[in-house]
Amino acid sequence: MQLILFLIFALLAVGSAVNLLWQRHPISSALSLIGVMGSLAVLYLLLGAEFIAAIQVIVYAGAIMVLFVFVIMLLNAGEEERTRRSLFARFLGLPLFVLLLAQIVYVVYKPSAGDLPVQFGGFIGGAREIGRALFRDYLLPFEVTSVLILVAIVGAVVLARSER
Amino acid sequence: MVPVSWYLVLSAVLFALGAAGFLFKRNIITIFMSIELMLNAVNLSFVAFAYYWRHIGGHIFVFFVIVVAAAEAAVGLAIIITVFRNRETLNADDLEEMKF
Repeated sequence: MQLILFLIFALLAVGSAVNLLWQRHPISSALSLIGVMGSLAVLYLLLGAEFIAAIQVIVYAGAIMVLFVFVIMLLNAGEEERTRRSLFARFLGLPLFVLLLAQIVYVVYKPSAGDLPVQFGGFIGGAREIGRALFRDYLLPFEVTSVLILVAIVGAVVLARSER
Repeated sequence: MVPVSWYLVLSAVLFALGAAGFLFKRNIITIFMSIELMLNAVNLSFVAFAYYWRHIGGHIFVFFVIVVAAAEAAVGLAIIITVFRNRETLNADDLEEMKF
């Protein structure tokens, strides 16, 4: 059952990510990215990260992507035009992509020598556990993020304001 | 049963696709979305490692990554709006006055 769920949503995530690259219109890319985020939320649930899965749907797919779609519509972005393609990209792009992929897979595969099988419910990161860790061990970073958010709000307002 | 390493490989595939999109795409909004894809891939790695070590710290880190991504999206999209207002283009190839 878990294997089937993993395969379905992993393929959905990879397919949506490929579609993000394939589509030429930004709206189609944004919708594909929402597909990636939704399938990743299911994978988080399979790994026992309940709180993170909820945050993923609410904040990422809900808030951030709405911001993206809003800006795409506001700027009335059309299809991206094909530019003169460089020979470098045409002949070396795919091999370099495969090389990067092989390197990352090699590096992340090595520490998981024991290769623990994922059992649903083996480790639960619900709101209680997250909250306890966040407000005890990570209180100072949590407070610092509020300053970061404040700076981001001020910066966004200053940048997007129309000059008179 | 699915081994943890499959999640890590999936995260690597998503990260490589995000990096490829960052280099291939010409629209700056799509380039920005590729960055978000890379952040998501790294988040999947964090959650998989949190399961592997049975440690909640990975989830906390993902929480902070999402917060920073939200701030980054707000500021980045404001920059894109400003660029579009000044230059009337979203094509990354046309924004080249800082190129040597």
